[in-house]
Amino acid sequence: MPTNETLAAYSNYLIYGAMAAFTIAMIAFAASLASMRGRDLVPAGVPEAEAASGGVAVATRTALAVGGPDDGALPPGRRSGNIGMSVTWLGTVLLGAGVLLRGLSVQRPPWGNMYEFAVTTAFAVALAFVALSLKRDLRWLGLFVVLPVLLTLGLAVTVLYTDAAQLVPALKSYWLVIHVTAAIICGGAFCIGAAVTLLFLVADSGERRALVGKRYRLDALARRLPEAARLDAMAYRIHAFMFPLWTFAVVAGAIWAENAWGRYWGWDPKETWAFITWVVYAAYLHARATAGWKGRKASVVALVAFGCFLFNFFGVNILITGLHSYAGV
Amino acid sequence: MNDPMSAAASRESQDDAQRLSTAPLDVDSAVEPMGIGVLGWLRWAWRTLTSMRTALVLLFLLAVASVPGSLFPQRGSNPLRVNDYLANDPVKGRILDRLGMFDVFSSSWFAAIYVLLFISLAGCVLPRTLLHAKILRSRPPVAPRHLARLPEHRMLDIASDPQVVLDSSAAWLRGHRWRVDTSEFDGRGGWVAAEKGYARETGNLLFHLSLLVLLVSVGVGAFNGFKATVIVREGSSFADTQAQFDSFAPGRGFDPTSLPPFSFTLNKFSADYQRGGQQNGAARTFAADVTLVREPGAAKESARIEVNDPLVVGGVKVFLVGHGYAPMVTVRNAKGDIVFHDSVVFLPQDGNFKSTGVVKVPDTVPQLGLVGFFLPTAVVDPVLGPTSTFPAADRPAIYISAWTGDLGLGTGRPQSVYSLNTSTMSRLGIEELAPGDVWALPGGNGTVTFDGYVQWASFTVAHDPGKELAVVSAVLAITGLALSLLIRRRRVWVRVASGEPGVTVVEVAGLTRSEHASVGDEVEALVAALGGGPSENPSRTPAPGQGSKPQT
Ligand code: HEM
Repeated sequence: MPTNETLAAYSNYLIYGAMAAFTIAMIAFAASLASMRGRDLVPAGVPEAEAASGGVAVATRTALAVGGPDDGALPPGRRSGNIGMSVTWLGTVLLGAGVLLRGLSVQRPPWGNMYEFAVTTAFAVALAFVALSLKRDLRWLGLFVVLPVLLTLGLAVTVLYTDAAQLVPALKSYWLVIHVTAAIICGGAFCIGAAVTLLFLVADSGERRALVGKRYRLDALARRLPEAARLDAMAYRIHAFMFPLWTFAVVAGAIWAENAWGRYWGWDPKETWAFITWVVYAAYLHARATAGWKGRKASVVALVAFGCFLFNFFGVNILITGLHSYAGV
Repeated sequence: MNDPMSAAASRESQDDAQRLSTAPLDVDSAVEPMGIGVLGWLRWAWRTLTSMRTALVLLFLLAVASVPGSLFPQRGSNPLRVNDYLANDPVKGRILDRLGMFDVFSSSWFAAIYVLLFISLAGCVLPRTLLHAKILRSRPPVAPRHLARLPEHRMLDIASDPQVVLDSSAAWLRGHRWRVDTSEFDGRGGWVAAEKGYARETGNLLFHLSLLVLLVSVGVGAFNGFKATVIVREGSSFADTQAQFDSFAPGRGFDPTSLPPFSFTLNKFSADYQRGGQQNGAARTFAADVTLVREPGAAKESARIEVNDPLVVGGVKVFLVGHGYAPMVTVRNAKGDIVFHDSVVFLPQDGNFKSTGVVKVPDTVPQLGLVGFFLPTAVVDPVLGPTSTFPAADRPAIYISAWTGDLGLGTGRPQSVYSLNTSTMSRLGIEELAPGDVWALPGGNGTVTFDGYVQWASFTVAHDPGKELAVVSAVLAITGLALSLLIRRRRVWVRVASGEPGVTVVEVAGLTRSEHASVGDEVEALVAALGGGPSENPSRTPAPGQGSKPQT
């Protein structure tokens, strides 16, 4: 099957277009956060007197600029937040089209090398974000999702770029397609999970210090985020939803390996890091049920797990050679 | 409210009602060893080992212990690179080797971690399984004394008979597939207790138990299975016996007579490569066409073995894992008699299949040895000398140097067929040959003819009898996980008391783990079904998602 160079070129243009859109979205989200009215950081359940000593009336607590009730006039930060959301939609559509054309240009799923994997994962992150935003207001999260998407795309088009081409025989397997699809979806969701977890740590630090009347370096950000408890629950839900899929991705990879090399598990560096990532995410889920680990410590474990996931993609492919080395990087 | 139970008992039942998992209570691990000698210490050690905190620590250790396995070459998967490492840096290499860094996943310290983890797992999960089995057969727990303290709580007055309220609550709950226990209205009060989502705990236990089974199946495969590799040239045959393999790695319990008696001939190996572009020379297709005989005397079948598409025969699988070139060489002695005529496997050295190999001709006096490299697309590079610029055989050539003397075959020591010991030989010269070229060896030592080449393919033959069980346990583990993480276990209680004449005071309360959406919707639906309509909710905070945290 020959490679269709024209389609591949269009795919590249679309991806550049998506990057431009995400850049605009990033600026809009940042402006939205900056101009937003913050909330009081003293959490619910604290006696009013105590909360009042925090300086803001209790009634304003729920009137979050984001997620608050719509009362006609747009509160500060709302308009730029809306622009950010719309442009993120646009960027996601452009990126999706870019991924599609790349796939059509080589007549196969477009995740056969690091460049394609990175671009598709960026698309998965963006798609997961806009899909989640259909059900709830996520404008506060926009900046922290668009930023890693842009970074990934930037890295993809500069360092990882590989011409559209056919696959080496070892990568031609439908189990590979299943395995990589699952891994990409997990990658996208884990990225959002890590962003929410980080924001939880910020909001939680802000709330804890506010309780004892102290200020926190990132107070300005903490005030503009939903309550820490909500962020924690959201992060957990994302991880809990994705962990079975990640387990499936690892198992599908093992089935592919069995089909290609005659063993389903050989502690190849890629397999080893998939295992490490899996164990650390399992540790995170455990930590949430273990006294003394709930909350902040467990969140750090989730971030470490995401670090392992990233290392498996960048570190292992670039630093360590194994059977899994992709064609082109 | 009039509760017949004593305060202590009700405290206990309150804890009971709020516990939605058989997870061990964390206080266990905090218990100090009691001063009752060896038994006390043993009990303490067992409790510590099977506590959640220890499991967590062991999980971390397992992750950390795996890291060196990815940083250093491993004997199991890459013995040649381990040898290279030891040769390049013997001091550090020796120390690392002593520490097991080249055999991480079969080292004793790695085994210690996972054995402890799995003992902990069994010690934790088996009692939980028994407990859960009991819970599955018992009734939903009675309501905690203070329903108003639960995360979801509604109070409503209903103009109807208390017993009717109890009955319709129970009916509604049963209709929505809750497990329900209920009391009669005794004149002062009555209650309904209901629970749903037992599959969460079942799934959690299933997941952990499947991990145990997975470990067993990995062990079974390693013990009873085998893995072997063989190189077959085009036109040659291979019979599935231990002696014919180039390498053979059986498990300790492997029975060699269980090798299925098949044989095959490699008729043709085909490879395609990308031509031009950034990935010039990258492989695109590999296929080995073979003629298979399943057992001696059976009919011949043709089959194709491809990467990702192994041949399955007699319970083992044959995988295509590598390929290369085998130049065909004819050697004649000074009298012109043929003393060697065969294809010889050359091993690829780079991506463009510059390959090296050796021809040994023991039947001449003195003996003759040829060392050379084969270039599928030969180019003489001004810097690198003769190299290959493409993996396909577009312009094949061999460069061969000839040696005479003693091949050293008589010493009885096994020799590699890929290397020539030239210490007792002298060199005759070197020559470049294209297919068909004849080289007259200097000194009247005969001639060497490069007739052409065939290709070879290498195959892995493997059998893992634990594989099926491993897949089954993996599927069960994923199923268990999905149940465990996606299903909410939740409880609902209804308590009625008679209020003003003709009015029943109804309390509806619900409890779930904080992580998922609360049980609020279901409480709301029950209230609506009782005719309460959207109710005032004293414990619900205005921000969504806030009210779902149980007060622990
Ligand atoms: C091979 C090692 C292990 C792995 C990969 C593992 C993994 C997991 C995962 C992913 C969960 C989350 C599922 C859920 O929240 O329902 C979980 C829950 C749990 N694990 Fe493990 N586990 C392991 C060993 C253990 C051990 C040794 C124990 C006993 C000390 C244990 C006790 C538990 C308990 C009690 C829960 C449920 C916590 C709850 O109720 O929320 N696990 N485990």
